[in-house]
Amino acid sequence: MVETNAPELPAVLATWFEGRGWQPRHHQLAMLEGGGNAPDTLLIAPTGGGKTLAGFLPSLVDLIENGSRQSLHTLYISPLKALTTDVARNLQTPVAEMELTVSIETRTGDTPQNRRQRQRRKPPDMLLTTPESLALLLSYEDSGNMFGNLRAVILDELHAIATSKRGALLGLGLARLRRIAPGARFIGLSATIADPPAMLRFLTPAVDRARIINARGGERPETEIALADACMPWSGHMALYATAMVFARIEQVRTALVFVNTRAQAELLFGALWKMNERSLPIALHHGSLAVDQRRKVEAAMARGDLRAVVCTSSLDLGIDWGNVDLVIQVGAPKGVSRLLQRIGRANHRFDEASRAVLVPANRFEVLECIAAEEAMREGALDADPPAHAALDVLAQHVLGTACAGPFDPDLLFEEVGWTAPYADLDRTTFDEVVEFVATGGYALGGYDRFRRLAKQEDGTFRLADPRMIRAYRMNVGTIVEAPVMRVRLGRGRVLGEIEEYFVSMLTPGDSFLFAGRLLELVGIRNNEVMAQLAKSASEPKIPAYAGGRLPLSSHLAKRVRRILAEPGRWTDLPSQVGEWLRQQEERSAHVQDDELLVETFERRGRHYLVAYGFAGRNAHQTLGMLLTRRLQRAGCRPLGFVASDYCIATWSLEPPADVESLFSLDLLGDDLEEWMAESSMTRRLFRNCAVVAGLIERRHPGAEKTGRQVTFNADLIYDVLRKHEPDHILLRAARIEAAQGLTDIRRLSDLLNEVQGRIRHRRLDRISPFAVSIIATIGRERVEGDSVDAMLDDITRDLLDEALP
Amino acid sequence: MMVTGEAVHPATLSFGDETLLLDPRGVLLHEASRTLIVADLHLEKGSAFARRGTMLPPYDTLVTLKKLAAIVAEWRPERLISLGDGFHDTAGARFLTGEAADRLEALAREVEWVWIRGNHDETLPDTLPGSTVDEIRIGGLTLRHLPDRRTDGLIAGHLHPVARIGNRQRRTRRPCFIHDRRLLILPAFGSYTGGLNVLDPAIATLFDTAATTHITGETRLFECPATRLMPDPPDWRRHRM
Repeated sequence: MVETNAPELPAVLATWFEGRGWQPRHHQLAMLEGGGNAPDTLLIAPTGGGKTLAGFLPSLVDLIENGSRQSLHTLYISPLKALTTDVARNLQTPVAEMELTVSIETRTGDTPQNRRQRQRRKPPDMLLTTPESLALLLSYEDSGNMFGNLRAVILDELHAIATSKRGALLGLGLARLRRIAPGARFIGLSATIADPPAMLRFLTPAVDRARIINARGGERPETEIALADACMPWSGHMALYATAMVFARIEQVRTALVFVNTRAQAELLFGALWKMNERSLPIALHHGSLAVDQRRKVEAAMARGDLRAVVCTSSLDLGIDWGNVDLVIQVGAPKGVSRLLQRIGRANHRFDEASRAVLVPANRFEVLECIAAEEAMREGALDADPPAHAALDVLAQHVLGTACAGPFDPDLLFEEVGWTAPYADLDRTTFDEVVEFVATGGYALGGYDRFRRLAKQEDGTFRLADPRMIRAYRMNVGTIVEAPVMRVRLGRGRVLGEIEEYFVSMLTPGDSFLFAGRLLELVGIRNNEVMAQLAKSASEPKIPAYAGGRLPLSSHLAKRVRRILAEPGRWTDLPSQVGEWLRQQEERSAHVQDDELLVETFERRGRHYLVAYGFAGRNAHQTLGMLLTRRLQRAGCRPLGFVASDYCIATWSLEPPADVESLFSLDLLGDDLEEWMAESSMTRRLFRNCAVVAGLIERRHPGAEKTGRQVTFNADLIYDVLRKHEPDHILLRAARIEAAQGLTDIRRLSDLLNEVQGRIRHRRLDRISPFAVSIIATIGRERVEGDSVDAMLDDITRDLLDEALP
Repeated sequence: MMVTGEAVHPATLSFGDETLLLDPRGVLLHEASRTLIVADLHLEKGSAFARRGTMLPPYDTLVTLKKLAAIVAEWRPERLISLGDGFHDTAGARFLTGEAADRLEALAREVEWVWIRGNHDETLPDTLPGSTVDEIRIGGLTLRHLPDRRTDGLIAGHLHPVARIGNRQRRTRRPCFIHDRRLLILPAFGSYTGGLNVLDPAIATLFDTAATTHITGETRLFECPATRLMPDPPDWRRHRM
């Protein structure tokens, strides 16, 4: 229903809507309220709600009514390059049909040099770009001219970017735009989210004047948890036991999207599906390591409706709307409600019909996770993602970029940075330290004053001291630092994609591995490329793994899983295998109560195991494992290793742990944590990323491409020196903040420990419990780190000597 | 990084009719002449980079000198020989100031410092304590910056050798000594020095097939048979920071 006081569409637009047989939706018209003085607006709408058109509608109306101003009118920013192209196409069609003279262009890393220059000289009415390209555009001296007359800035898929490090970069770019384009209205487009006010604050500092429009409607998705007839596995994440069932589902529908959680899982499932694909149904594979042209081909085939299914990872979480997907199959646990909803929304982009989805859990714990996710979706309860933090390395990059555009006043820049949500609470001292870092490296020892990169001028502004920095900045813009990768070439033919160098270094010629849906054999390395050929057969092919492939279970979902476990009354509703499993667990050990930490200890083949069910997610458990092992070591228990999952952590040692209760005391988060974090290879990796993003180490140097490996090596030296001589340096702080946020999940771990003090239920068992099987079965598949250099060298050289002896 | 307080275990080596001690911290001791030999200090590399706009932490010289001072205090040599590339560049040697300069002078009061010229520091300022030479002979040994295959009993630096080894689970890459009957190359000592794999032709072609590597651990050296050494993954270009 259109409300009577809603603004009217210009005749040409109204006619166009009619011609299509469409009615403008309420939220689309609501975007027009206030006309030329409309406030900054966050539009929240489910997939298929005509969100993008709603975002552009005010600009179209203005351009129809007032004509082109021969300057950039509307800037659209999307997290995906591919999306800018698609949206441009979707806009050009109606603009052509209405015979409007509105120029629409994209600007991404793929845009040819001559068009980029022309775009700055003579911009189109509407420019569609990405956060990184925006940062680049802002680093030009003429950025004030280019953006000065902007009327609208549209941020698409804001939910997918606002909480990440890229969100910090985007936020800083928006603040810059706000300064140089005072006439611009900021419009955010987002999927349904847990905390709309926080998202509005990301969009605009003037929240009192701004508004949130919630699109009504959107049918609740119809989901179903599918259990194969086969016995439900106790552990593992691949869900290959369910391949036949997944295949049967694909056969029943026209087009299915099959989402998995990791690239390795995608390769395995794709291979397994094709093994039973006797009718050769067109089933394709899509993930982030495949060659770009390959991915584009799959996307195009999908758009044409040529495919029956695509097995994909988060690479297809966002993107172009395909009207023809009628089923989403999520294989493996969803890990979070918001992401699951996003994925399910990829089926059926018609607004008024329910999306259909099937959830396929990979093990018994995952069944509970799927049930919890269904329940959350029914209640409309989403995950609250922690907001982007004030990334100091990103700020350093922004300061340098700002200096590239011209001299800056530090007072004004500080004020501007405070407009962004991530940096709203940044103190002036830290800001000044970041500026000093950009200028001289910011070392307490000083000494580099004569080599300054930023020069302070008499009027207090900072000027770029060396114009060569501009080129270095432009080559290194962005927040994503990739692990070093190598291209994989099949025979003398085409490039299949990229795999991590680390994985390549573990292969020798003749080894077989699974990649791009093929069983390959390593032939050798030539011109920095992996040369591969098709392998005939292999008993155990290796599968490339990728750093950071797995997301941890969201705390919201974890809480719901615990609630199911804590209420035996509900178990009768569960699938019988799972209910039986929970009852056995209760009989042999105990069930998991809310607000309690169940800890089991038992002996098995001469080793003393300790399993704690924290439900705090992989990352927090990984940290807990490190800390527990250190403590067991000190207690003389001679620990041998640990392994962590989303649900629990298991350690094993030669001696039994004596006082289990005190193992989990709060001081676990004290000195040991600091020491371990500083030593861990994870913090080193994060430091390297911060050093690259902050511009201390160049990802790419004009003229000489550095390899990823070199960057790692250099960063390690710098890290050691800084830790010893300037432990409070801004880059170490940046790395520590980041480590605490993500990979160590210290906040979640400390929440857990606080919650369970005095509530540790210790069960001494005479054998392994049903729950513990899930984790103990994964031992040996996880990498254990943390040895001293000498212990590692000793281990390796001894192995080598053993091999050398007859 | 060195673990303080832990005893260091050197290895004994017979080379060029002399007895040498290899210290896992990457230095060589000739006890008969009370001489400590160290290669490729690359002092002031940080400021050399800063001059070109890369603001590396300015502590490298201090770190390197402190580490060296600790070793000198332990072995109490009479003479300290820098095997070339003691400074990353001539400007660095000229402008050395502050604590780093003080430390260098303090060290020079304890030992007789001999600087062998390297390709990075062909001209060293007169203000530098100690003497500057192209090469030096001790008994049957010749000490020079650049290695070659012609000289018997040659001890050299320049190439920053590292060894890469691994087993089924893991790989590591560490600085190492490498020698055969005629030539011994020291690892680079400076805190900002990278390394070149000993299997790289630049190193491998200098040795006969029976070359031995002593890989530096934190407190010990690990001898590795030449056949078990691993090349670097293909994309790691030669790297000498």
